[in-house]
Amino acid sequence: MRARPRLKNPILRTRQPLTPPMPRSRTALGLTAQAAEGRFALQRCESCGRVQYPPVDSCRGCLSEELLWTPMSGRGELLAHTTLHHSNDPFYRERLPWRLGLTRLEEGPVVVAHLHRDCPPPPAAVRVTAKLDKAGRGVLVALPADELGDMSTDPRHGEFSCDPEHRKVLVTDGKSRVGQALVRELAAAGASVIWVGQAEPWKKYEGQDAVEKLPQVTVVPLDLTDERGVKRIGAEIGGRVDILINNAEVHRTQGIADSGGAELARREMEVNYLGLLRLAQAFGPAMRARGADGGASATAWVNVLSVYALSNYPPQGTYSASKAAALSLSQCLRAEMQDAGIRVVNVFPGPIDEEWNQPLPPPKLAPERLARDIVRGLRDGVEDLFPGDVAREWLGRWKDNPKVLERELALESRTA
Amino acid sequence: MTDLLQDLLAGIAADKLKVIDLTHTLGPSFPQLSLPPEMGQALPYRSEEISRYDGRGPAWYWNNFTLCEHTGTHFDAPIHWVSGRELPNNSVDTIPPEHMIAPACVIDCTEDAERDADFLLTRERLEEWEAEHGRIPAGAWVLMHTGWARRVNDPVAFQNFDEIGQHTPGPDVDCVRFLVDKRDVLGFGTETIGTDSGQAQRLNPPYPCHYYMHGAGKYGLQCLNNLDRLPPTGAVLFTAPLKLEEGSGSPLRVLALTPAPA
Repeated sequence: MRARPRLKNPILRTRQPLTPPMPRSRTALGLTAQAAEGRFALQRCESCGRVQYPPVDSCRGCLSEELLWTPMSGRGELLAHTTLHHSNDPFYRERLPWRLGLTRLEEGPVVVAHLHRDCPPPPAAVRVTAKLDKAGRGVLVALPADELGDMSTDPRHGEFSCDPEHRKVLVTDGKSRVGQALVRELAAAGASVIWVGQAEPWKKYEGQDAVEKLPQVTVVPLDLTDERGVKRIGAEIGGRVDILINNAEVHRTQGIADSGGAELARREMEVNYLGLLRLAQAFGPAMRARGADGGASATAWVNVLSVYALSNYPPQGTYSASKAAALSLSQCLRAEMQDAGIRVVNVFPGPIDEEWNQPLPPPKLAPERLARDIVRGLRDGVEDLFPGDVAREWLGRWKDNPKVLERELALESRTA
Repeated sequence: MTDLLQDLLAGIAADKLKVIDLTHTLGPSFPQLSLPPEMGQALPYRSEEISRYDGRGPAWYWNNFTLCEHTGTHFDAPIHWVSGRELPNNSVDTIPPEHMIAPACVIDCTEDAERDADFLLTRERLEEWEAEHGRIPAGAWVLMHTGWARRVNDPVAFQNFDEIGQHTPGPDVDCVRFLVDKRDVLGFGTETIGTDSGQAQRLNPPYPCHYYMHGAGKYGLQCLNNLDRLPPTGAVLFTAPLKLEEGSGSPLRVLALTPAPA
């Protein structure tokens, strides 16, 4: 559990967000790609089995170029450690002293890792994880072997995480089942303020009242199709939002032939794509300015997309297209938020157990499970989240061969 | 003939005739008609800035707006309903301009609507009204004054939904048939989002005001404001919809001319 951050002195200048040095080789970014999904993986040589560190283009042992990113156990032994008291880099200067160490992984290589405060001096068993740093780069972090993934006890390492505890969160749609589950989960995770967006206030939904009664919750009128309204709420609370979770969406289930014109697809785009754009314009600047605002800085922006953003699912074809557009835009947002150290987290659920997926057979992702995974993803500091078996299975097929997946989905929709 | 117009203008200038705006301000939070979510939906009013004396247009301010033909204070043309689909001149671009200036009879139902949100106006009530104010003339608007406009700043109360749907007042089947068959009115106007009551999908036929009025080439006016400022008879309405090709309806500015109270 994090201590409640101290209130800041409002007459002192707000610190400007800084990020650690960014450049990485294309090969080394492989580590980032793995860490983005919460995995610690290194390249293993397909010919001789040697595990490579740092990432390389050909095997250090046999020069083979057949290198495959392979998950590591993380178990290792701390061999040496040091504490930096000086740095020429502005980011680290603010965070000195900084602890680093050399760890031998049980898979073989010796790696350089940031050391958690509680790691005992060498020799000691540690657990190495891959995290995204403030700049969104994959870095290795060594934790005490007995600690269960909790970054929060070392204040310097808190920055690898976007823990909602003591943070102020906006959930853009508090009416849907996913929205309600998110609000409950955030409240349980210790969020101090939860703004809950509501469009079309005259439409009531089951469970809505219970959510609104939570002491952390403040309802705000928010309809992502309304530019002026989004700007107004952005002006009112944008300077206080630490985590924005955009779960508002229009979800309908039709392809091209059965959608009878562009009107439905337009409504999907209005919320799922243009809504994200309007939100980003209204909330982005104020959040960027607060990327280093003391212990409770702005830290994350979450987009609840869909696994259909990766490849079109023809029975929900226009919805898939709107989510693909949102995915593309969120990559732009991520690039723009990067310098402020604000993490843009994209969530790719498979079919959720909600009214528009009613005819679909299980497995469907429970909203509560999705909410739990999102909060855990924030704590773990991941960037791409594939909650549930269906999403992970799709991801596997997509990574294996997107063209094959396209054909498979076309076939599946004929039998659907 | 010019004397008539001069008299009219002189009457307005001398405050003997009042110009009353029966229109609500149309903003993004103005509640729009809501159907079951699997059906096509009316778009609410939305406005996006093109420029505001800035880099996008240095000396000028303007917006693009989108909305449904049936959003805000609006006019319903006969083509809006299936019963009026085959009629001549049934869309907003073809209705005769003479119909856009017409007298209005205002039926005060404010107490009934306050007592019962599902209040239905009956033929008997119209006959009682006629006994007091005289026969409803052919070609007149009949406006149902319910006080609903007072709720406009509270969209939840204005829509008034619960788990079985919307609860707003409107006419019953006999009332509509009487106005169409026996009185040959120009149309029916309300302060609510529809000319029919909130539960009118459960009447027979469903949505009788839409069905019979539009089937007979009559019009509708919805989301009217300031009906409390109109006399029971004697007001003249100016109701010119936008000239939208094959338009089924149109937002419009509804103006009334009334004699100033003596």
